[in-house]
Amino acid sequence: MSNHLDLKKGLDIPLKGAAAPTVAKTVKPGLVAVKPTDFKGFLPRLLVKEGDRVLAGSPVLVDKQNPAILVTSPVSGTVAQIVRGEKRKLLAVLVQADDSQEYVDFGSKVPADAEQVKELLLKTGLWMSLVQRPYGVMADPALRPKAVFVSTYSTAPLAADTEFTLGDRFADIQAGVNALGLLTDGGVHLAVNKAVWSSTPFHKVEHAITHEVSGKHPAGNVGVQISHIAPIQKGETVWTVSPLLLAAIGRVINTGKLDLTRKVAVTGPVVKNPAYVVALPGTPVKELVDVPADARVIGGDVLTGETLGADGCLGFFQDQLTLLHEGTEREWFGWAKPFRPKVHSSSWCYFSWLTPKKKYDMDTNLHGGPRAFVETKCFEDVTPMDIFPIYLIKACLAGDIEKMEKFGIYEVLPEDLALCDYVDPSKNDIQAIIQQGIDLMIKEMA
Amino acid sequence: MADEKKPGLFEKGGKLYWLHSTIDAFDTFLRVPGTVTAKGAHVRDGIDLKRVMIMVVIALVPAALFGMYNVGLQTSLTYGLDWNFWHMFWYGLLRMLPLFVVSYLVGLAIEFGSSQIRGEEVNEGYLVTGFLIPLIVPVDVPLWMLALAVAFSVIFVKEVFGGTGMNIWNPALVARAFLFFSYPSSMSGSSVWVSKTWVSALKDVDAVSAATPLAIAHDGAFDAATGAVGQYSFLDMFYGFIPGSTGETSVIAILLGAILLVWTGVASWKIMVSSIAGGLLVGWLGQLAGATAVPCYYQLVMGGFLFGSVFMATDPVTAAQTETGKWIYGFLIGALAVVVRLWNPGYMEGMMLAILFMNTMAPLIDHCVVTSRINRRAKRIKTA
Repeated sequence: MSNHLDLKKGLDIPLKGAAAPTVAKTVKPGLVAVKPTDFKGFLPRLLVKEGDRVLAGSPVLVDKQNPAILVTSPVSGTVAQIVRGEKRKLLAVLVQADDSQEYVDFGSKVPADAEQVKELLLKTGLWMSLVQRPYGVMADPALRPKAVFVSTYSTAPLAADTEFTLGDRFADIQAGVNALGLLTDGGVHLAVNKAVWSSTPFHKVEHAITHEVSGKHPAGNVGVQISHIAPIQKGETVWTVSPLLLAAIGRVINTGKLDLTRKVAVTGPVVKNPAYVVALPGTPVKELVDVPADARVIGGDVLTGETLGADGCLGFFQDQLTLLHEGTEREWFGWAKPFRPKVHSSSWCYFSWLTPKKKYDMDTNLHGGPRAFVETKCFEDVTPMDIFPIYLIKACLAGDIEKMEKFGIYEVLPEDLALCDYVDPSKNDIQAIIQQGIDLMIKEMA
Repeated sequence: MADEKKPGLFEKGGKLYWLHSTIDAFDTFLRVPGTVTAKGAHVRDGIDLKRVMIMVVIALVPAALFGMYNVGLQTSLTYGLDWNFWHMFWYGLLRMLPLFVVSYLVGLAIEFGSSQIRGEEVNEGYLVTGFLIPLIVPVDVPLWMLALAVAFSVIFVKEVFGGTGMNIWNPALVARAFLFFSYPSSMSGSSVWVSKTWVSALKDVDAVSAATPLAIAHDGAFDAATGAVGQYSFLDMFYGFIPGSTGETSVIAILLGAILLVWTGVASWKIMVSSIAGGLLVGWLGQLAGATAVPCYYQLVMGGFLFGSVFMATDPVTAAQTETGKWIYGFLIGALAVVVRLWNPGYMEGMMLAILFMNTMAPLIDHCVVTSRINRRAKRIKTA
């Protein structure tokens, strides 16, 4: 069964530096970080201390509120350091990997019901791969979600191409879909890129409801797809999982081993030869790519990614690094020049529309100063959802719960409105505003 | 250079830090700020409000240039002066220049002062407002009146609400309304539309009546056989060789601006189209009802209708914000403006009041549109 979803609104950001579909190198695990900060809603308690031995799949952290929820080590080795920040906030557990990897054996029994699936996911730490909506937090094991949604591709700028990274993992993905299907009565919804429909293995997945999706970014965002397939209403929950971690779930079912190895797209205008690197989550950025002095290292894409810094480590959910120049250079009369060939604008006030295929060497310059909202139609043009972005944003700013509900706070995560950040001539941080609204909802509705 | 002054003295902790809004304004006017993204998307579009606003100013330039020529033309015609094209243009330019200077000086001074008080960056909105005001007032308006109107409008319509982006009414129109109601003898009637200030110094002239086509039509002097309103043919009005506010007379110049605004997406074509549709419809009904003999499409070329539809009604801050709302908002502006023109014994021109009234109503329109969408959403979610 297949459904069509053709989205008209949106914007593909023409950023230079897409990864060539080759694997440039495979990083042998050295020092690997387990970061509790990757997981929203997770309150970490340490299960290990420095010097402890761990296997790949051994628990390292546990949730203070729900002791069944574990975060596990992706490698076998010795706990080298516990990294803490301000107020002793736990930032990372660093594990020095062994030369040869040993794995916890989770058995190769295919789970037959929801309880077995939950048990396996909790034990392996892969429970953390489930993201619960509304609010985008870690999933609550006590709930039975309305449905599970997977977007099998990403439309984000320079995102890893799942055809390349996961094209050979069909068996894992099928096993993952089978398992997650047991957790819900609404089935597993797979959104498949229409452009590669005939060649992709994803549409051959059984026991799933597939949707053919086309359109510019954010058409590949799972949140946008959900809002068209089965919008979330008050009191409902759905779970989403990235295709990357869906494959990891399948692999643990098929092999009994926790294997989080992934092909990471190393991208961006600063990278000399953008390509893929095979690595584990928690791998230091420096082992993945040479970082020039003034570059900003982003884990994920340029719209929603996290600033990792040259000394940071790849996150649990991330299969992309983007490197950008810091845009501190000040351009004379930038706003007044008729032509600015180096700057992209989706607005026709500039002439980027003349060169639709051009890719830009973008930097992190804000290109203006913060102002009150003036032009707001641009938000609607990049938001292919049945919501009024500007009204939702204003409700979040005002902290008006009732209005946030009405304007669709349950349907969005900051990533779904990330393009509003990009196009806003008033340079507001829309994602931060939406997150502020979501945080308020979590606090008030708990 | 503004940026050479910047370190130390104007930085946080510096002696003149309290002036930082002003310094920043000049500094960022010259160079794009070196600010980098801190939260949210790491890359940003090249567009900013400075660019948006300058687009509107550029769109206004054809109307302004034609208006300057027309100021000279009307004076030369009315007083029988033997001027060539450049005489007329220079006369208009020199007459208009003080208006622009006063409008910008007074407005920007208040704008900068308010930004200082709020400690914010200076907003670019006044670049457009300051350009609009001289184009929508009679060219001979005394400068002190203009200064007073600008000050009133910027302080009480914009700054008290929090500056550009927060205002409810279009500041340029309020400045005009202020003049219109405070000094009606300088703002309306049939003797204010042709510049005579300097001419009367050179030559002994009496105040000559030069009524606008709108006023002539209002008095019923429409020749159905030739299609002329008084001495002005339809084409005169279309090209703009008629008395009136400087910017409003030429349909061609305004359409050039409209093309730029629609092309760049700065102004909403929906508001322009629906406003024209509203004006045409009511103009047609008025003709049917016998309120006027003038064909409905004359409403578009007379007075400030088109200028208002293109440049004033579309102000994104004071217009309706929802797309459906824009259709309703624009339509009602056009319709109301012509209603005032046809069924009102006092005012000839309804555009200014129609836009200001609809500015007031825009949030209500948006509220209705949003509520209906929310209700539809609620239904959709239930059925899904």
